[in-house]
Amino acid sequence: MAGFVLIVIAAFFFPGIILRTKSIASGRKGPGILQPVKDIIVLLKKGSVFSTTTGLIFQIAPAVTLVSVICAMLLLPFAEQRALLSFEGDFVLFAYLLALGKFFTVIAALDTGSSFEGMGASREAFFSLLVEPAFFILLATFAMFTGYTSFSVIFNQFFITGNDYVMIYSIIGVYLFIQIAMVENSRVPIDDPKTHLELTMIHEVMILDYSGFDKALIHIGTYLKFALYGSLIYNLIVPAGWNIFLQTGLFLAVQAFFAVVIGLAESFRARNKMNKNPKFILTLSAIAWIAFTVILILTDKLV
Amino acid sequence: MLNAVLFLLVLFLSLLVFFIPRSLRYYFTLALLVCGAILTSAWSVSVLTGGEQLLEIPLFVPASGSSLTLVIDSLSAFFIIVINITVLTGLLYARGYLAPYYRRKSPLRFSIHYFSYLWLWLSMLMVVMIRDGLSFLIVWEIMALSSFFLVIFDAEERSILKTGISYLIQMHVGMFFILIAFLIVGKATGRMSFDVLGEYFSTHRNLPLFLLFFTGFALKAGFIPLHTWLPEAHPAAPSHVSGVMSGVMIKMGIYGIVRVLIDMQSDLLVTGVIILVISLISGVMGVMMAIMQNDLKRLLAYSTIENIGIIGAGTGLGVIGMALGNPALTLLGFSGGLMHILNHSLFKSLLFFNAGSVCQASHTPNIEHLGGLMKRMPYTAILFLIGSLAICGLPPFNGFISEYLIYMGMFHSLSGSTLFHSVLILGSIVGLSLIGGLAIFCFTRAFGIVFLGEPRTDRAIHVTEVSRGMIIPQLLAVAFILVIGLASPLAVRPVFAITVQTFGINNPIMVSGAFLTNLAQISIMGGVFVVTLVVLLVYRHYHLRRRVVERAPTWGCGYTAGTARHQYTGTSFAYNYNHVAKPVLQTRKVMDEISEDEIFPRKRSFVSYSDDFFKKILIDMPVDWFSGLLKRIAVMQTGQIQHYILYAFVFMLLVLLLAILNII
Repeated sequence: MAGFVLIVIAAFFFPGIILRTKSIASGRKGPGILQPVKDIIVLLKKGSVFSTTTGLIFQIAPAVTLVSVICAMLLLPFAEQRALLSFEGDFVLFAYLLALGKFFTVIAALDTGSSFEGMGASREAFFSLLVEPAFFILLATFAMFTGYTSFSVIFNQFFITGNDYVMIYSIIGVYLFIQIAMVENSRVPIDDPKTHLELTMIHEVMILDYSGFDKALIHIGTYLKFALYGSLIYNLIVPAGWNIFLQTGLFLAVQAFFAVVIGLAESFRARNKMNKNPKFILTLSAIAWIAFTVILILTDKLV
Repeated sequence: MLNAVLFLLVLFLSLLVFFIPRSLRYYFTLALLVCGAILTSAWSVSVLTGGEQLLEIPLFVPASGSSLTLVIDSLSAFFIIVINITVLTGLLYARGYLAPYYRRKSPLRFSIHYFSYLWLWLSMLMVVMIRDGLSFLIVWEIMALSSFFLVIFDAEERSILKTGISYLIQMHVGMFFILIAFLIVGKATGRMSFDVLGEYFSTHRNLPLFLLFFTGFALKAGFIPLHTWLPEAHPAAPSHVSGVMSGVMIKMGIYGIVRVLIDMQSDLLVTGVIILVISLISGVMGVMMAIMQNDLKRLLAYSTIENIGIIGAGTGLGVIGMALGNPALTLLGFSGGLMHILNHSLFKSLLFFNAGSVCQASHTPNIEHLGGLMKRMPYTAILFLIGSLAICGLPPFNGFISEYLIYMGMFHSLSGSTLFHSVLILGSIVGLSLIGGLAIFCFTRAFGIVFLGEPRTDRAIHVTEVSRGMIIPQLLAVAFILVIGLASPLAVRPVFAITVQTFGINNPIMVSGAFLTNLAQISIMGGVFVVTLVVLLVYRHYHLRRRVVERAPTWGCGYTAGTARHQYTGTSFAYNYNHVAKPVLQTRKVMDEISEDEIFPRKRSFVSYSDDFFKKILIDMPVDWFSGLLKRIAVMQTGQIQHYILYAFVFMLLVLLLAILNII
């Protein structure tokens, strides 16, 4: 339960920290940290405009996406506490829940009949299918490393398996989760949400037609998803056995650090050319393979 | 005795279809089907609930003494139930689907159609119940023939007849392999039957015979590269037939493979690896090719190949589990495969029925001509959406349950003993996750292009919802999909029991109990998901009522004169994917480029093809080569009698010469 609440709290500040980092890096004063949350409150108060082309799918998609993220949050553990729902293979459910949300985002974009949104939908569906193997190879490596197949137990056992090479997994895992989070949330270097041209966007172009309440739901979903991946990263860095109060502080610190990293990356790094993205994303799977190869060596199977 | 009489009665009553008055023919077929389904389902329920482990029903005892017996074990019982559900919904759906044909086709054609439908059903039932080799081959042949007659229902179109004949030929190639396998068994043991396979396997090498059986059965199941009949026959057949063929008939191939696997005793590891690798190739390639299809039914046919791949992957894992003596892997692999057989029969038939509804309403299966059908056919659209979500393996629908079981099998056996093993399993995990992602791409495209946006052509504008009679039978499939998705332990428990009984797993309760708890957790998650979603949507409803809600055109980036043709099409949706997948898929474009001196370009056309790579190499190229060879030999066919007499003379001379030299 604590993990769930902490993710929600982290999500409050996450987008604000990214914004702040970007504005400081570019020498602007920039908005306050809670500005994105205030934006959401404004959106909730507004009315909505729906395209005449759209129908039921367009109306329910943001809710489905948000609920799928919330359900995925239930599967993440915090410290020594188990997740609210934890069972063998829960990360399969985790991945497929997020995929369900994506399915609806994509078809909602197609529902508008706009060629911009069709383009975004096509890119989103394509890139997220490419990133799927990286996630599964990484989790397979963890499963092999710890001998368990549930988030809660994997992270519990991560640092107490007595393996000296745990750092390798921490580093590769953190790197991959950051990159996967970039793909899943459509940020630099895959996509730049602040680009000024619809033709060059992925996620933002898919939600062009949303307004008011539904747009707020979409934003909440995105912020939660950031904190969701931040939580995964946290679990790879901090051993589960530490003091719970220390952990709480560290959790928020890691999330803030993650947000700063994103902000800095977006300030100093250019977005990939769109047709370079598949190569970039497939590289993640290759890196995950490296982690897997390491475990093969450690278990005396290779070399 | 009563069972046998009742079953024979159903067999013979099916002949009456030809003599019943025209108006009652459909109802007679339906009544017969329902009676037969109740009868056979009752048998399987009695087997599954543990009354008898094995139900034997002698049909008749000929003079020679070898009786024709129906044998129902738990595996057969499972298949009987799958067959009955899909065939029944198919016939219910057929009433509305066939309605437009009533005026166009002669009554005899309908009699033949219903008769073939009944016999397809009966032959499938007998395939899973008959153990004797010769009788098995006969019902296997009846299954091929009856499905052939069903495929060529629209035989006025030449292409459909041609497809049907090519289907028939390929089915016989498969049957040839099974026949040889049975003959080998018969020669070694003196009996041609599934019952003596164990005896054969205990004294001979297992792999060669298995490969013979596998080739024959895989042709029916549609494993790549033996799938080439599938994407041709499914679109040609009427939709309720495609639903039944794709939903259950191809699974008879899987049944055959599993039936042979039960008795195998050695070479298990290599067998498992072969099945797993072929299945993963089928899965990935099947869905990769499905994405490129513009014909809705052909797309579904390729996706059938993908799902056969998933089923095969589960089966292959099960065999590897048997080889390694890993009961958890055996249980999860085979149960995942069986579960996916049931799940796929539900959502694939649902999707085919909906594709049929779309084709009937719009008169075109080409998704590029459609669009915006959700407004015009809301029920069909929602049913198609449910089918799509289920087939992508997304929670909380049934496809997730079987994929989860297979994933768990893989993760459980990941830390196997050897390097090869670990890498193989990791490769399968990657394969399965890729299949999942590709399926989402494929079905967002299919659903989005057909049902969402604006109509792309006139055909999609003048479309109305199909009759209620066509919608309601599909709700039966949807009900099963939701029950399995939301209350999976209900369905998985019996499937576990079947696997345990069929493959003799030690310590079954300990192994399966843990996974039933996991599935219960998934059900809880499904419940949480549904409740949260409903609450959120209800809140949204009341929230929006208190706000200003307007309708306006889709935002066009300042350009408001866009037409429906500006929308993304199926081809453009798959453009970036195609760009990457081109080396594998061999897509071709045919167009004439605009030359530099052409100031006012004339009207021109653009066509893109995605050829089936395997069909080209395995069917088209050898056939072309052979017919080229025959053409060259045909030089001898001059039509002059003198030449033919000369040939005969040369031949006799040759024979004489060879005889003198003692060669023949």
